[in-house]
Amino acid sequence: MAQQYESWGRFPKVFQHIHPLQWRSDSLPLTDQKILAQGLGRSYGDVCLNDKQTILATRGLNRFIHFDAHTGKLYCESGVSLAEILDLCVPQGWFLPVTPGTKFVTIGGAIANDVHGKNHHRAGTFGRYVLQFELLQSSGERLICSSEKHVELFKATIGGLGLTGLITWAKIQLKRIHHRAIHTESIQFENIEAFFELAEQSDENYEYTMSWVDCNYTKQIGRGIFFRGNHITEYEIPEKWKISSKKLTIPMDLPGFILNPWSVKLFNFLYYHQQKQKSVSKLADYDPFFYPLDAILQWNCMYGKRGFLQYQCVVPYEDHRMITEILNQIAKSGLSSFLAVLKNFGEVPSPGILSFPRKGVTLALDFPIKGAQTFALLDSLDDKVRECGGAVYPCKDARLSPINFQAYYPQWQAFSQFIDPQFSSSFWRRVTGET
Amino acid sequence: MRKVLIIGATSAIAQETAKIYAQQQAAFFLVARNQEKLAAIADDLKVRGATQVDYHAMDINELDQHSTVIEQAAACLTGLNTVLIAHGTLDDQKVCEQNFAKTELALKTNFLSVVSLLTDLANRFEKQRYGCIAVISSVAGDRGRQSNYIYGTAKGALNLFLQGLRNRLHRHNICVLTIKPGFVDSPMTASFKKGLLWAKPEIIAKGIVKAIDKRKNEVYLPWFWWGIMFIISNIPEFIFKRMKL
Repeated sequence: MAQQYESWGRFPKVFQHIHPLQWRSDSLPLTDQKILAQGLGRSYGDVCLNDKQTILATRGLNRFIHFDAHTGKLYCESGVSLAEILDLCVPQGWFLPVTPGTKFVTIGGAIANDVHGKNHHRAGTFGRYVLQFELLQSSGERLICSSEKHVELFKATIGGLGLTGLITWAKIQLKRIHHRAIHTESIQFENIEAFFELAEQSDENYEYTMSWVDCNYTKQIGRGIFFRGNHITEYEIPEKWKISSKKLTIPMDLPGFILNPWSVKLFNFLYYHQQKQKSVSKLADYDPFFYPLDAILQWNCMYGKRGFLQYQCVVPYEDHRMITEILNQIAKSGLSSFLAVLKNFGEVPSPGILSFPRKGVTLALDFPIKGAQTFALLDSLDDKVRECGGAVYPCKDARLSPINFQAYYPQWQAFSQFIDPQFSSSFWRRVTGET
Repeated sequence: MRKVLIIGATSAIAQETAKIYAQQQAAFFLVARNQEKLAAIADDLKVRGATQVDYHAMDINELDQHSTVIEQAAACLTGLNTVLIAHGTLDDQKVCEQNFAKTELALKTNFLSVVSLLTDLANRFEKQRYGCIAVISSVAGDRGRQSNYIYGTAKGALNLFLQGLRNRLHRHNICVLTIKPGFVDSPMTASFKKGLLWAKPEIIAKGIVKAIDKRKNEVYLPWFWWGIMFIISNIPEFIFKRMKL
């Protein structure tokens, strides 16, 4: 029985069959339909959806297999979430080598989207820390892929949007920490130039950097707050440390009028002025530092039933004036929401054939869906990104045109040869024009 | 240290309960049908903090094996103080109505096999004078309903048996816990359409651990099923028989 499903952005809505997997020894279902693995469904758009086809629900594959607390090598099933990994490893002095802005994603999803985080300028993407994984293909074959064995398939699967087969388990390398606290600094900046200066100064001495930028303040485009941080050293370990586990939840869809240009402007104004000094430095727990939005369960309901589109692009460093242009256009449109994020990507190459991160400046923000004008705005941003040789992030996309996708990822055809014939997704059919 | 014997260890509720105990550095002896699945769970529990995990694969309906397995568990863990009986099947009511062999098998798996296990365990615990025996029953055992009365019969009989056992073992300092989960979103119910009343196995597991800690007699999980079953149990039979529940 097909049921209606949506991903985190709540757009599009699709009908699909769900086939839950419980054991890593399970074989793939016998079906004429196309199949696709889905973990926690935190991708914003349709990379994790499979309209009128079948989804392999992998959350049942949530067992650890082995953890070596001396070397930090973790071996677990693909449906284990990053939150579960942190709960296990942080008390033993280990941390995720790379983490996205939510810990409610599975390790399979983190590999399939080759996710990045606040340390991209130093550490590169999540895929770089994947030592090996097992790929179950529709032929029934189980291939153990690594940088030494089935190398091409290994590279295709990292960032391969789940199209090369089912990852049943993976082995990753964690990184040593001394304590869960992060030494953080937040610094107000007034425009994009100031952001770039701060980024340049910080990238060398700070492991984690990112900025929030106000996309609504038309008088002064690009003002914002720059966040930077490092894990604390063994000499800075505090005697007492309080961990708050308070969670809010948005229990129902908020009506559309609550998020309007005025309320968004007000939020951004308050957010910018939350700190009285230009620069504030303190110790923070890793949880609110990396995952501020995870404290609000179901924050996607804030945008109501119609949902929202998240837009994340990267443009080459040399063309960073394009970021100002894009920000201008967004501010003028008045369509954006809060939560706009700006960050410099570093030079560390992504291991995946189809990985999104590359050297440049990345901008990510939410747009509540307000009909055709929202889509038109994003289409015109796509064109700007294409002009300067940038790219848009598939894992956050729900509306990119085939022409633009294929321009951003000219390697898509080379990648296609690694797609398992029984695997497909709504996203892939859309951007390749398949029906 | 908690030394736990889990029968039906591959069930979703049992796995989630074991995860909680693993974090408390418990030692485990797991019993279920499938060797490979048991191995996967054992690895997981060890990573999560279990001090020891041993397991044995068997069909629980081989009743004559029970005392050997229990003996093996007690030897492996050098004694037992917690037992969780979590195995069971949810058979198709319509098929059972037409086929006594199926009904008989359902009653054997869901009731008689538990009685066989508890006969051995009760005597062992009675002698040692400490420990807790927790058994997963179901709200289905509270009243016979046309849609599910074979399963309900097995669970209802089990509830009575546990009441008697509790009465017998109380003076020997043994806690006997009857766990009555409502609708649980697990592989057992994969084909059902889920609504508001459905709970995740991890929620049920938390409730089980809490009830064992508090040495409760009976627990509905989640708690609101107590209210639902109170109403269902108190509908007069002359009305109830006309209802389609």
